[in-house]
Amino acid sequence: MDVHSTTGNTPAVAMHGVTKRFLDNVANDSIDFSVGVGEICALLGENGAGKTTLMNILFGYYGADEGTIEVYGEPRTFTSPREAIAAGIGMVHQHFALVPTHTVLENVVVGTGKGLFLDRAGARSRLEALKERFRLSVPSDAPVWQLSIGEQQKVEILKALYRDSRILIMDEPTAVLSPSETPQLFRTLRTLTSGGRSVIFISHKLHEVMEIADRVVVLRNGQKVHERSTSDTTVQDLSRMMVGHEVRSNRTEPWHTGGATVCRIDGLSVEDDKELPAVDDLVLELREGEILGLAGVSGNGQTELCDALFGMRLPSAGAVRVVDRHGTVRVLEPGRPYAAVAAGMARIPEDRMHTGLMTSLTVEQNLVLESHAAPPWNRHGLLDWAGIGTHAEELIGAYNIRTQSRRERAGSLSGGNLQKVILARELSTNPRLIVASQPTRGLDVGAMESIHARLREERARGAAILLISDDLDEILQLSDRVAVMYEGRIMGEQTGGGIDREQIGLWMSGVVQ
Amino acid sequence: MRTVLVKRGPIPSWSRAVTPLGAIAVTLLLSAVPILIAGAPLFRSYGALFYGALGTRFNVLETLVKSSPLILTGLAVAFAFRAKFWNIGAEGQLLAGAIVATWIGVTFGSLPRFVMLPLVMVGGFFAGGLWAVIPAVLKTRLNVDDVVSTLLLNFVMIHIMGALLFGVLQKEGAGWPISEEIFDSAKYPFLLARSRFHLGIPLAFLLVFAVWFVNERTVFGYRSLAVGTNLHAARFAGIPTTRVIVMTAVISGGLAGLAGVGEVAAIQFHLLADISPGYGYTGIVIAMLGALHPLGVLLASLFFSVINVGAQTMSRMTGVPSYISGVIEGLSLIVMLVALLLNEYRLKVVAS
Repeated sequence: MDVHSTTGNTPAVAMHGVTKRFLDNVANDSIDFSVGVGEICALLGENGAGKTTLMNILFGYYGADEGTIEVYGEPRTFTSPREAIAAGIGMVHQHFALVPTHTVLENVVVGTGKGLFLDRAGARSRLEALKERFRLSVPSDAPVWQLSIGEQQKVEILKALYRDSRILIMDEPTAVLSPSETPQLFRTLRTLTSGGRSVIFISHKLHEVMEIADRVVVLRNGQKVHERSTSDTTVQDLSRMMVGHEVRSNRTEPWHTGGATVCRIDGLSVEDDKELPAVDDLVLELREGEILGLAGVSGNGQTELCDALFGMRLPSAGAVRVVDRHGTVRVLEPGRPYAAVAAGMARIPEDRMHTGLMTSLTVEQNLVLESHAAPPWNRHGLLDWAGIGTHAEELIGAYNIRTQSRRERAGSLSGGNLQKVILARELSTNPRLIVASQPTRGLDVGAMESIHARLREERARGAAILLISDDLDEILQLSDRVAVMYEGRIMGEQTGGGIDREQIGLWMSGVVQ
Repeated sequence: MRTVLVKRGPIPSWSRAVTPLGAIAVTLLLSAVPILIAGAPLFRSYGALFYGALGTRFNVLETLVKSSPLILTGLAVAFAFRAKFWNIGAEGQLLAGAIVATWIGVTFGSLPRFVMLPLVMVGGFFAGGLWAVIPAVLKTRLNVDDVVSTLLLNFVMIHIMGALLFGVLQKEGAGWPISEEIFDSAKYPFLLARSRFHLGIPLAFLLVFAVWFVNERTVFGYRSLAVGTNLHAARFAGIPTTRVIVMTAVISGGLAGLAGVGEVAAIQFHLLADISPGYGYTGIVIAMLGALHPLGVLLASLFFSVINVGAQTMSRMTGVPSYISGVIEGLSLIVMLVALLLNEYRLKVVAS
């Protein structure tokens, strides 16, 4: 049977009654899921709702305990991704599987060749044709590490297309993209589907789903709770189905006016890994009881700014002054993470899995990563584990961290709960200054809400908060003052009721009047 | 049909404890094959092996004597590996300890025993520790791969020892590489009559406990684990990672150095070119076999010395060559690694 000619009512993928259990946990409970030919179907749900499990079953990573899968009307069982790929299914993971030192062409063809030698010329002309046809412009001979995240994603899509994928699973594709790269991805996806390909779009961003998908399937706790054409549903509906309660989307709270200055970033310049200027003579002031939102397209120096503030990167010029717990102004010693810890700066790093936490240590061990060497935990070089345990139990309760026990490996917690572990560690010391970088990236709506609530509480307590996020909605919802970072500089700043989304958008794209 | 590995759920702690015992049983089962090939009766052979290692008071004590350098090098490697300082250099650190112990032992004859003994131990400890600092500094300052540098420094130390044994440390008038005998005040006291059961054995057991205590209870042990778990996150948390790695290296090298002290001060009383039959390398196997846990290291060391000592008796009584001990040790490592894998994954047969 020629699957490529199949049209009409046979869906590209039809999964029936798929059930998957992990020990006692039902990750997928008898789910029916299908994607039509030429359709973009969004798979929506909080973290842990079962989206990834369902797609991993489709892509052959796991076998389903029950249920059947049909691809273009033909019953299939995949025992490995290789078989799924051969059946025309491609998956673009959130974390790309590219070899950074290899070129785009090499990354695309790897693993596809037959025989001993690579037909470079043939591969190249095929790649160029795909690039042309789907308007995916990336330099074929550039090593992947030189490409932006958005371009790397294009390489992943090209990889799938090169393998004749007709069904493309996109796992949270916009999570890694900057706001300006997203429309481009959406154009690509539409080009794909207009040519008869099908896309499964995993996301928890409601607006994007409404914009790009033809149909949306909502999962919650492993069950399918909603399935609708996007034209027949609303953002409010979807968010209700997803989390089971209404999530506010517009700002209802007043803006707060900051008090005394707690931190002053003075003419800070920082270079990136390639020794190019990333932060350029940056000046910012953080004030008591105020959230300063630093908006900007990712890659405009936010990461380097944070690294410098956290002591992980040596700035090339400038200074950071901080008012510590005792009210004295100190200049942070550059390039020493401990200086930031000692000055009482609460730091929420953007990469919680590799910077903020140690996933193979226990929750309790993670909770004292920064405080273990100080009293009361350090008694003449010995750790007071009993005291630490009690302290950990308190924090697990107070921050509502969902874990089997304080001795559970942090790695087995969900993303939202990992972030709560970091918050508990950083905020339980009542810091005067909080620097939060992408605090809700990749988290589901529920976790996001609870982290936002926590930041609001800290502001009410009087903390000065620097919120760095590439999610503009998040910035606007929380911030009392918004500064926009573009190419390492502050383009402009707006306060309270004067915050104008359109103006901020212009600044983010580098437009100055 | 194909076999695939499927990740298991959380691993119960009893399973971790039972795994090494199961691995030993499987090892002995597999070792039956070469024994039978050698044409020896299986049960009599194993009987001889265990009799040789544990059958009499003297045999038990000999097995313990044999275990002490293994415990120390095993602890040295396990302690370093826990911090992901890949110390393959316990052999060189052991030799450094042996050299300095010998030098002190043959030089300061006028010192009383209660000064001399601690001096020999401390000297040997720091000799090994300092030898391990070199690769630690190269790693932290210049990003030099520690596997390579620690391994290669073993050969440097072997040649330093050779030069000394043919030079300043060589015994007057001796034509071969051997040092003078160390003074009696530098020798480990023997603690039990009619045996070689010496001070180094209770010391090694004590150090098992000490390393466990450092790992589990101290700020330093926690930091060392943190550095080994995620160097980047440890740095972020404000942990002085360079200092932790260098300190870990000192302690690791020091433990290996003490193994060298023991060989000089309790077994040979001289420095010899073949003072160590590769204890430093065996320590790596033992550390892995013991899953980097001090108690595991202790058990693995005892197992290895049972096999080693017992194989001699087995060889005499049944004619199986004593090289069987090497086969059993090698098998035990492979079985243990497989067992550790199966602890986390299970095999599943699937239709392909």
